[in-house]
Amino acid sequence: MTAQVVTISSGKGGVGKTTAVANIAFALAASGSKVVCIDGDIGLRNLDVVMGLENRIVYDIVDVIEGRCKLRQAMIRDKHLPELYLIPAAQTRDKNAVSPSDMKRVCDEIRPEADFVLIDSPAGIERGFRNAIAPADRVLVITNPEVSAVRDADRVIGILEAEEKHSPALIINRLNPDLVKQHDMLSAEDVLDLLGIKLIGIVPEDESVIVGSNRGVPVSQDPKSRAGQAFRNIAHRLKGEEVPFLDLDKQAGLWDRIQKMAGRR
Amino acid sequence: MNDLHSLIQIKGLRDGLLVSLNDAPWAEQQSALLTQMDQQPSFFQGARLALDVGSQILHVNEMVDLRDQLSERNVLLWAVLSESPTTEQTAQLLGLATRISKPRPEETRFASSGLSDETALFINKTLRSGTRVEFPGHVVVLGDVNPGAEIVAVGSIIIWGRLRGAVHAGSNGDGSAKVCALDFAPMQLRVAKEAMNLNEDKEPASPRMAFIRDERLVIESWKPS
Ligand SMILES: Nc1ncnc2c1ncn2[C@@H]1O[C@H](COP(=O)(O)OP(=O)(O)O)[C@@H](O)[C@H]1O
Ligand SMILES: [Mg+2]
Repeated sequence: MTAQVVTISSGKGGVGKTTAVANIAFALAASGSKVVCIDGDIGLRNLDVVMGLENRIVYDIVDVIEGRCKLRQAMIRDKHLPELYLIPAAQTRDKNAVSPSDMKRVCDEIRPEADFVLIDSPAGIERGFRNAIAPADRVLVITNPEVSAVRDADRVIGILEAEEKHSPALIINRLNPDLVKQHDMLSAEDVLDLLGIKLIGIVPEDESVIVGSNRGVPVSQDPKSRAGQAFRNIAHRLKGEEVPFLDLDKQAGLWDRIQKMAGRR
Repeated sequence: MNDLHSLIQIKGLRDGLLVSLNDAPWAEQQSALLTQMDQQPSFFQGARLALDVGSQILHVNEMVDLRDQLSERNVLLWAVLSESPTTEQTAQLLGLATRISKPRPEETRFASSGLSDETALFINKTLRSGTRVEFPGHVVVLGDVNPGAEIVAVGSIIIWGRLRGAVHAGSNGDGSAKVCALDFAPMQLRVAKEAMNLNEDKEPASPRMAFIRDERLVIESWKPS
């Protein structure tokens, strides 16, 4: 085994990085991959809550880096999926406790033992973001269909391109087809058109996402949820499988075009 | 002072430190700087650092490496000043400043334009939000200029793609400078001292050109020929 290290970043806060990491990780693990999540948001940890593992934390990533515990000891195993692990962030330290080379070292240690390492990046483009992308083989940039979120995503993509990271793929999260129809929200096409990178998923606005996060059971575990389906599709695409994009809006035409655009470049 | 230290000059600025390097080989310079930091960690820790690299030509990997090494020492690299356009471009791509508030004496070198037609910077990619390109000549982009990106050119600006960001042509006051784009919809437009706000501009995407005629900024359709 040699794990693919995938970092999820956005620039802007609150667009769904943590939600996406938890959901994609559950979907990957449920379909048989061994997955280790790393919460890269030192000082503001919350991936543990969304994954429902907060009361199992003993050690965190800073303990690993500073040698207070072995990597294994900081890997919390999920309650139901035996191949899903979380390395939590430290809550009482700041991002300066971790450096880009620390993150590379930790990931290199995990690589031989897993299929995927998923890293949740903090908001911004400062130190914490640098730490999160340093070990990445692949970066997924997530945005909402809003002007300010798209602007920040564009900035992050520019930095990734300048650093010659393998070209990032895009997740558009919280798309609401009704608002798009009323011209009150950017369409997926508008977003793709501006950012000009490959699309890996479109996730609809869905309140079951919030309910799932609060209960610590990500919606990708719920076979009936539309958002859950979208996250499961992203997991399949990460494994290199071809999956058609969801028809969120029953009108044909637009979605045909998006399918085509997703394949371009 | 030993040899190591004489490679490097350090000055305090209002909001950080300015470190000037000389023209010795880059690897030597970098290790001298880092050694000095490791010897006086308390002096450097938490500092905002502007680096004057003279005429050194630095590529992305070298600058990223230095920035990360500094960041591991809790020093924030925020600006790289250079006489080399390549190095400046690298810094701009990484989102670093290339000017500090006090202008360097060298800047005035470009003040009187007398541009030859050869002085053009070709950028073969899309300029994304947060990128600022400043060039003492013409700028040609084969790609888009996204909202949040900015180009300031002493000469003309030609965009072979979509123009959505901010552009300033003839930045030293040259009224014969032009801005052309295949799809012309800049967020902010300036030519020499004339500015225009295009918020009300509802023209469909088309090739257009902006220039000064009778002391007014006008936009006309552009037929690249
Ligand atoms: N597709 C979605 N539909 C509805 N709510 C969502 C969706 N994605 C995320 N959210 C909600 O948005 C909020 C911010 O998400 P979060 O993942 O914490 O963002 P980030 O990690 O980028 O700061 C959370 O309350 C989350 O439940
Ligand atoms: Mg988060």
